[in-house]
Amino acid sequence: MGGTAPVVDMQGISIAFPGVRALDGVDFRLFPGEVHALLGENGAGKSTLIKALTGVYAIDDGTITVLGARTSFGTPAEAQASGISTVYQEVNLCPNLSVEENILLGREPRRRGAIHWREVRRKAEEVLDQLQLGHIDPRSVLSSHSIAIQQLVAIARAMQIEARVLILDEPTSSLDADEVQQLFSVIRTLRDRGVAILFVSHFLEQVYEVSDRMTVLRNGRLVGEYLTAELPRMGLISKMIGKELDALAELEEAESRRQPDRTDQTLFLQAEGLGRKGSVQEVTFTVHDGEILGLAGLLGSGRTETARLLFGADRADQGQLTIRGTSRALRSPRSAIDRGIAFSSENRKEEGLIGDLSVRDNLILALQAGKGWWRRVPRATQDELADRYIKALDIRPSGKDTLIRDLSGGNQQKVLLARWLITDPRLLILDEPTRGIDIGAKTQIQKLISSLAADGMSVIFISAELEEVLRISDRIAVLKDRRMVADIPNDNITMEDVMTVIAGTNA
Amino acid sequence: MSVLTRTPAPLDRPRMTRLRGKARYAPTLATMGLFLAMFAAGAVMYPGFLSGQVFLNLLIDNTFLIVLAVGMTFVILTGGIDLSVGSVVALSMMIAAALLQAGWNPAAVIALVLLTGATFGLLMGLVIQVFEIQPFIVTLAGLFLARGLCYVISVDSITVTDPFFTSMAQARIPLVGTLFVSPGVVIALVVVAVAFYVLHQTRFGRTVYAIGGGESSALLMGLAVPRTKVLVYGISGLCSSIAGILFSFYSLSGYSLAATGLELDAIAAVVVGGTLLTGGYGYVLGSLTGVLVLGIVQTFISYEGTLSSWWTRIVIGALLLVFILLQKLFTRKVRLT
Amino acid sequence: MSALLRHRLTWPVLALVLLLLLNQLFRADFLSVRVQDGHLYGSLIDILRNGAPTILIALGMTLVIASRGIDLSVGAVAAIAGAVSCMYIYSSPEPASLQTAATGVAIAVVAGLALGAWNGFLVSVIGIQPIIATLVLMTAGRGLAQLVTDGQIISVSNDSYQAIGAGYFLGLPISILIAAAAFGITGLLTRRTALGTLIESVGINPVASRLSGLDARTITWTVYVFSGLCAAVAGLMISSNVTAADANNAGLYIEMDAILAVVIGGTSLAGGRYSLVGTLVGALIIQTLTTTVYTLGVPPEATLVFKALVVIIVCLLQSSRARTLLSRRRRPVTEPSRPKVAA
Repeated sequence: MGGTAPVVDMQGISIAFPGVRALDGVDFRLFPGEVHALLGENGAGKSTLIKALTGVYAIDDGTITVLGARTSFGTPAEAQASGISTVYQEVNLCPNLSVEENILLGREPRRRGAIHWREVRRKAEEVLDQLQLGHIDPRSVLSSHSIAIQQLVAIARAMQIEARVLILDEPTSSLDADEVQQLFSVIRTLRDRGVAILFVSHFLEQVYEVSDRMTVLRNGRLVGEYLTAELPRMGLISKMIGKELDALAELEEAESRRQPDRTDQTLFLQAEGLGRKGSVQEVTFTVHDGEILGLAGLLGSGRTETARLLFGADRADQGQLTIRGTSRALRSPRSAIDRGIAFSSENRKEEGLIGDLSVRDNLILALQAGKGWWRRVPRATQDELADRYIKALDIRPSGKDTLIRDLSGGNQQKVLLARWLITDPRLLILDEPTRGIDIGAKTQIQKLISSLAADGMSVIFISAELEEVLRISDRIAVLKDRRMVADIPNDNITMEDVMTVIAGTNA
Repeated sequence: MSVLTRTPAPLDRPRMTRLRGKARYAPTLATMGLFLAMFAAGAVMYPGFLSGQVFLNLLIDNTFLIVLAVGMTFVILTGGIDLSVGSVVALSMMIAAALLQAGWNPAAVIALVLLTGATFGLLMGLVIQVFEIQPFIVTLAGLFLARGLCYVISVDSITVTDPFFTSMAQARIPLVGTLFVSPGVVIALVVVAVAFYVLHQTRFGRTVYAIGGGESSALLMGLAVPRTKVLVYGISGLCSSIAGILFSFYSLSGYSLAATGLELDAIAAVVVGGTLLTGGYGYVLGSLTGVLVLGIVQTFISYEGTLSSWWTRIVIGALLLVFILLQKLFTRKVRLT
Repeated sequence: MSALLRHRLTWPVLALVLLLLLNQLFRADFLSVRVQDGHLYGSLIDILRNGAPTILIALGMTLVIASRGIDLSVGAVAAIAGAVSCMYIYSSPEPASLQTAATGVAIAVVAGLALGAWNGFLVSVIGIQPIIATLVLMTAGRGLAQLVTDGQIISVSNDSYQAIGAGYFLGLPISILIAAAAFGITGLLTRRTALGTLIESVGINPVASRLSGLDARTITWTVYVFSGLCAAVAGLMISSNVTAADANNAGLYIEMDAILAVVIGGTSLAGGRYSLVGTLVGALIIQTLTTTVYTLGVPPEATLVFKALVVIIVCLLQSSRARTLLSRRRRPVTEPSRPKVAA
């Protein structure tokens, strides 16, 4: 590929959002006729990079060259006009319209002002045939098809515009095996016709199967660009997960209290083959009092789904859950909370914060919810609790009446933690409690978790940073492809050991 | 793919609150079935019900509602709502009556009324689009404004004596045998036909559906979303003023309190006609059927001497409820599996 | 000072004061309140008394809107409440007794609670959008009221009943006292218990509220029942004031006035933080506006034009976000908001 010029060349791209440096001097090249995988964990900057390329975000620094010309697209439509089309995970088509319309919407051939429907059909059939998708009836309504077919239709639309660059953002996350193969055959057809394809996926098998080259990002920075054939799985995983250098310094001081065997303690919770159709399967583990169970696995492996099942946010339809020796079916978060389970979501903004309420109101929300609306937590108790937890967790600013949306991410996270601590739960499930917050708050939270467990509280700890999971947990449950695949005591095991499990036996 | 590679179990598919496949015709077909059943029931119960003229009278008595429902269909297809239509009808009638009283030429009056209605709608659309205020509250302000302007023109009823308007009120267009329709029916049906053409044969019409199917998708597909959203309110305003003229033909007067609550009838007709209030699904022909269903309810109640007129409102409310629940049922079922 | 300017009640209160002063300019005795026969009289008292039904309904509407909902049916519910109570009193063997009036009022209140429960059921259990769910009752409600009154305007002559809307107690119109009591009780009920905060939580972030263990369904249901109750009492007031139930015109457009009062009072239609005081001020602004139009000699019916202008202005002021969006639309609003305080 050395001879050809890249169709897309991004140099030194930086984008900062308030408080976050989403991209920091990232270079990225895309050549015609290649499938290029973009890899990284959550928050690595993959989607920001794509949005920078397609004109959704303005870049703060750097240059974007498309087909030899420096560009900066103002809107996705402009990018599309220059031959860059994107197919998103959540299909961005109109489900209420027919397949043929979705392919040609906005560019329908017309005759005397009216849409020339026969010509619409001919063109749609033409492009579907080119992609070997002739079996799709162009007149059928889009929503009558599976997500896989809808994605293929989206690709057909992109091809109808004669895209030079096709960006596929997590296209396979909701497809089954046959559908993935169908998608891949279309991808190969397009590659052979010289289309440059940018492929984002968290399924490493698929990346290895279809891509020619890969670019790895971590924390908004470029880790490197590699030929797929030359980078083994283990190497890739360690580049994706990596070691956070800043955290390393703190590592010494937060020395581990790991205690892999806690079976002498009382059993709190036992999951046996717990699962939910379309969510996660075969979750089997136990949690004892004072134990920290880490959930490890790549993005999309079913970490969050497991937590939601244990909290009753989603109802399990397989397996059994036993809490304190009694079999329970958790029908709602309320029923889980009543059994002493608390859950802090990875999605702080959507699933945690009540943004327009004060720190105080946010702190006592779960406690108040438990008491019902009539028995208000007395003001004096509110103040006392708020003061105590603001001090204990070092929440800044220390004003109880500050709106929580005005706090930084780390302090918001501490408030959400305190919300649950006030209810004195038996099991605290923490989904990515340290993501996107600064290093100071991060170590504070890690220490807090350890001390809570030392006081007898059970914790399920979820993090994309394997190193963090290893440092904190007593035992580690490993998830892969939405199944639990291993339960390992954290007994002198290394990151490599866990990565080997994640990478699978054929690594 | 190697044997060892396990493909991931499919994720929870995004919840699709969409009708799938042929199901999209189902609500409209249900309405048509309901209409036929009601007509048949009427034929069995009342002598003289089964006549062409009873059917044509449904059209004659509801010309303005048909046109209103057409405009409302455009708005609801994009997922919006227009509460101002009843007031704009009244305003159109007042303007027409006042200008005719002042001796204006009827053609100029009609042109001015239509222009006013369309502009009124466009302005509301602009406010909705530019300032991102909910259609509900903006058109509510429109409701107040138009109704208030009626009173500014005149608090009392103004009678229309213009020869053209009176001739339109009395004219009968004979069909086969003794059957006849009014000129208003012809106008209303032309409006329906034009709307059908626009919605199904133009890029603008398809964009209306696309916005209802998913506004952000439509934007990402590079469609003229903002322009279309403004225009649908303009169309609704235009339809309201046409309906106002038709109502004037029918009532030969302008009165500030006329057409109160007509927006509810229009919304009910559209919903009963099978258009989803969340947008994206529905047909003007469905809305036409919806108007006929509301009309036949009224006919029933007038045939059944013992039932009082307020039953109309109750039955319309009940129909609205049934169709909303049906919509809920349809959309819940079609979460893709 | 700048804190005062930013307070969300500053502008509504200022608008109210300006309106009152404008009236004073045109009618020198506008602000004076005099005592006659032991009763208070004056324009201010009139504004309060005529605004009482709107205030009541707006109280219920505030909580509904705070929970991310809307209740379009309140006008129809008010009409039904007036109809059932008047019909009961009218057809009772002792149409003038206190007991009859009390029973009539009780029936109306129960009807209001039941209709509110119906709305709440459609919204919280069936899951229909509030605007559509309440549209059903808005459409059918006046028909139901006419059904009750058999299409007639039912006049009653019962002194106890008439007192609700037209009577005086301790020199003040009873309707004002009822509205004041409702305001006080609502304030206590929502701010002394946790109800207010929980309603706001559900309105701001329903998902996070559920994950914190809140029973959002019950809370949603409660606010619609409360709104039905407020509408019923307002309906009693309206019918008592004219000693008749008019199924067609009682409470016509009052849902619009109530929504307007809530919005003027600074509660966002998107739900969340609400202000009962703001709603009170908003309702008074609307009522004063009506009076002002009258004072200025404009035909009273033209009030609607002014109301429309107020809606538009308030909405434009509230959508200042729209303007900031225009200036920096390249950064979609989904991005993390700027933390004002460093960690």
